[in-house]
This record gives sequence, structure tokens and C-alpha cells, in this order.
Amino acid sequence: MAEAVQGGRTRGMGEIVDVEGKVTELAPFGNTLAELGRERPEIVGLTADMGRYSDILPFRDAHPTRFFNVGMAEQDLIMIAAGMAKAGKIAYCTTYSVFITRRAYDFVAIACAHSMANVKIFAGMPGLVNGYGATHQATEDLNMMRGIADLTIIDPCDATEFKQVVRAVADIPGTVYVRNMRGKVPVELPDTYRFVPGKAQVLHERPGARVGVIATGYMSARAVDAARAAERSGHGAGVLHVGTIKPFDTAGVVEFASRFDRLVVAENHKTTGGLTSLVVEALYDAGIVKPLIKIGLADSFFECGSQEYLEGKYEVDLPRFLRAIVEGR
Amino acid sequence: MPPLNHPPARADIAALKARALNLRRLMLNMAAGKGEGYIAQGLGMADCLAALYFHELRYDSANPDWPDRDRFVLSTGHYSIAMYAALAEAGYFPKDELPSYGLNGSRLPMSTFDDTPGVEMVGGSLGHGLGQAVGMSMTLKMDGRDARVFCEFSDGELQEGSTWEAAMGAATFNCDNLVALIDCNGIQADGPVTVRIEPVADKFTAFGWETVEVNGNDIEALIAALEGARERNGRPKCIVMRTTPGFSIPTIMARERAHFVRIANDEWDALKQELETANG
Repeated sequence: MAEAVQGGRTRGMGEIVDVEGKVTELAPFGNTLAELGRERPEIVGLTADMGRYSDILPFRDAHPTRFFNVGMAEQDLIMIAAGMAKAGKIAYCTTYSVFITRRAYDFVAIACAHSMANVKIFAGMPGLVNGYGATHQATEDLNMMRGIADLTIIDPCDATEFKQVVRAVADIPGTVYVRNMRGKVPVELPDTYRFVPGKAQVLHERPGARVGVIATGYMSARAVDAARAAERSGHGAGVLHVGTIKPFDTAGVVEFASRFDRLVVAENHKTTGGLTSLVVEALYDAGIVKPLIKIGLADSFFECGSQEYLEGKYEVDLPRFLRAIVEGR
Repeated sequence: MPPLNHPPARADIAALKARALNLRRLMLNMAAGKGEGYIAQGLGMADCLAALYFHELRYDSANPDWPDRDRFVLSTGHYSIAMYAALAEAGYFPKDELPSYGLNGSRLPMSTFDDTPGVEMVGGSLGHGLGQAVGMSMTLKMDGRDARVFCEFSDGELQEGSTWEAAMGAATFNCDNLVALIDCNGIQADGPVTVRIEPVADKFTAFGWETVEVNGNDIEALIAALEGARERNGRPKCIVMRTTPGFSIPTIMARERAHFVRIANDEWDALKQELETANG
């Protein structure tokens, strides 16, 4: 209980924490979707009682006749979205990731992906980004969703990329699962950054660097922060952001990994079944065997608490990255 | 373009009975020699499918993706044998393709895939149909289309919670272009329907549906129920059909466990004869 006494609190409903010194953008999902909805009349928005907490309300306000709240019924959310897609719509749906993955999995697989239905799932509170404990922490969603054929999976890095993803998925055929970023979302990438579905992108390079960090989601931005901090003590690292988990950019990851002596893989997810597993599989298949440090979550259930507390406790914070890059452990 | 079903043509009951008999003949031919299958449910559904495909539904079998078609969503994907008989009879594909039912490489698999012409959804995982039908219904209404959605599901599927989520949604979203056809045949995989689901009609009524209950093997009653379900009054429609597994073939009707019927190779001719006698 010592940590509790020292401060910090459980935050509400997936609130993304303001990070000191970071520029943020409010509700990039809903605002972008509202804009896109003006250009694409076939877009509809759906939620299962998580409209407010998934940032889709700007779409509702702009397009009230194309927005539907189906109530606390995640199976129905996905079935209705599939039915709408099969009748010609592009159905953007929102609720929390845990309710999509654990509760409505069969419907995502069969009603949506199997039919290549134009359903775009924006799954809230992925990974450790919340204070509600295991019921709300989707720490195995990438593992579960990568098991579904014909499904695209995206874990964006920041607001800049996320806004592009919101638009891009409308043109990605079939069903797409996106880890949603709600609230005040940090702006980390330069405005010249361009999301390309299925392509991993180098976010940071350092000539002569011996360490390569492969990351996804906001861990990619954290890796860039760590790489820059490490440079102040004479250590360098390159950072590869894998924004699309599926289809996985095997060639891009293998090429990047082949350039470094040591590797670090980082994800806001368990180290089993997600990015780390994908990277290890790809490297093994390519005959690349190098020292590799895994930054991610154990196969466990996790506590409630503030973001800072949880990230420190479960070692996915900046000091953990620095230790991996600088000390190699 | 096919005619609108409003105003409806007058039902020719004798012709529809002949269609139902033909669907049963086609099903027996598809199943014959294969030893086993979901023939009992198919035979029970033949009257409903005849009423739908040859009286009620608006479609163009030469253009299965016609946006203004009525949708028929078969939620019980394992009733595919009945669906294929109806689709072939309606001209979606040649009848000489039917014997490939259930064989390797066939586009008529034991459980429905949506790449078969005329099939609207991947079946097999139960409790998927009604929710997708609701999504289709909402979209057709949103787009101002005249088309309707018909969704078959079974009494056993009422054990899937997703069916009730969808039932609540249909009423909430005023899906008055949606007609649910519940095949209450009293059986599920392990035998008789095991969880207490009655009174089915009262439950749907309480959930905000306009509900009628009919003998699902009585074509005149089915036609009356379908015609009664045409009104666009803000409420989804539910037809609770009491059907008899294996209807028209006494040997199958007498089976206690009719969910997945095993029939010896030398029995098929006798069953075909029973069907003709029953309809003689």
C-alpha cells in the first residue's frame, strides 16, 4: 500500500494521461470520423454504450441519423455492424477492447472477418492504459485478434498517425481492428509522417547505433524518447514502429533487425502472442538470432492504479527502456 | 426487375404445396447415399421456404446482389440442405449441382458459406442471424429502400444470449421491415430442447414485436402470417412456426432423435416412396 500513500489515483474510463512537455490533441478519433463522414455518406457509427468513452460523440453530433447506440450488447454491436456492412455501409464501431475481444470474438471472426465485412472496430483502452484492473485491461487482445484470418490489426503510435488511420481504414477491404486512442492523445510524430497500411516505419535513426528497438502503439513513441535520452550518454538506438500488426511487415522487421547487434521489442500488451511473438517468429524464420530484450507485460492479471504507477510497477516505463538500450538488460 | 411485393399477388396455395413437395424431393436426392445429415429440419422447413421463395420474397436469382432484394437470412446454417433446395428451385444455380451437397470442394457445404449464390451469411455458429438481420433492416430503412429482411432461426437458438440482444435491438430500432421466422421444432443436438424457452411468442411480444403463432407445416397459415407481417407500423414482426422434424415422411417423423439423422443406403428409396404417398 506504500505506493497508494505516496499518491497517484485510479483514473476514469481510459483517460490518457497528460504527459508533461507533450503536445496533445483532444478526441482525434471522433473529430476525424465526423469529417470523414461528410465525405463518405456510407459511413455509419455504432457503439455499445461507450460513445462518450470512445470519443465517437463528435460523429454522432455531426451525423445523428447515422449513429446508433445498441446498448450494453457487444455481440449485437458486432452483428448489427456486420449486417449494415453487408447492406452497403462502412460500419465504425466502438466499445472497450476487452468487450470486443473476450465477449464478441466469435462474431468478429465469423460475422465480420470471414465475410470480409466492412466493419472497422475501434477498441478502447487497449493494454495497460486504464485503472480498472483486469476486467478492463486488454492485455491479450493482439494475441486473440491475430488468430483471426482476414482481419487487419492496427496499433497506432500517436494522434498524428491515429487520425490518418481513422481515414485509411475506410479503404482497407474487410474488417479492421484498431486500438483506439481517446481523450488527450499525445502528438509525437512529425506532420510529415504518413501511415501506410501493412508497413513498419523507422521513426528514429542514429548512425552507428548497435541497438534496434521494434515497438508498436504508444510504446514506439516511448522508444523514441528513450533513444534520444540514451544519446545524451553516448548510446544510440534505432526505432522501428510496427503500426500494422496484421498483416505483419515481416520483410521490414527482418531488414531492420539485421542492421543491429542487439534488439529490444516493446508493446503495451503481454509479451506472449503479440508483437514480441511475431518478431521472434519472423527473425527465426529468417535465420536471425540476436540478443533480444522483451519490454511488455507478463502473463498475469494486473492491478488497478494510476497509469504512472502501473507502468512503473510492471516495467514498461521510460527507465525500463533506458536500461534495455543502455545497459542491455 | 422483379415485381414489388406490394400489393401482393394472390397466393396460389396448390402451386405452393407443389413447390414444397418439390423441395422435399430435392432434399432427399441431395441426402440420398450420404448416410446422414440434417434432413429432418430441412423437411420441416420446406413449407416455409416454399411460401417465402415462391410467394413472399422479392429477388432476382440472376442478380443475387441486387441491392433492392429482400434478404433471407438463414441463421441455422446446418439447415443448408433446405436452403440449397430452395435456391436451386428459385434459379440461383442449376439443380444438377445439388448432389454435390456436402462433398469435398462443393460450393454447397454442409453448413452455409456466403459465397454460395443467394446465401446472405456464414452460418453454423448459432445466434448470429437475427443481429445481422437487424443491421440489414436498419440499413435498408436508413437508405429508404422498400426491401425487407426475413430471418429464420430456431427454438434452440433462443438459448444463445445474442439472439435476445438482437431481439431487443430490433424493437428499439423500429425494424418494421424485419420478419423473424422462428422454427420451433423442439429438437437440439442432444435431443429435445433442453432449456425452458416457452412461451416463445409471449416473450417476443413482451420484447416489442408483433407476434403470431402458426403451424409451420400449413402453407395457408404461413401465407396468412406472412401477409399479416407486411404492415410498416414501427414494430418488427415475429412468426412462431411450430414445425415437425421430418414432416411428410413418417419414418423420420417417428425418430426420437432427429437432429442429425443417420439413414442406411438401402432406406432412401423407401423414404422417397413415403414422401410421394404422403402427398398423393
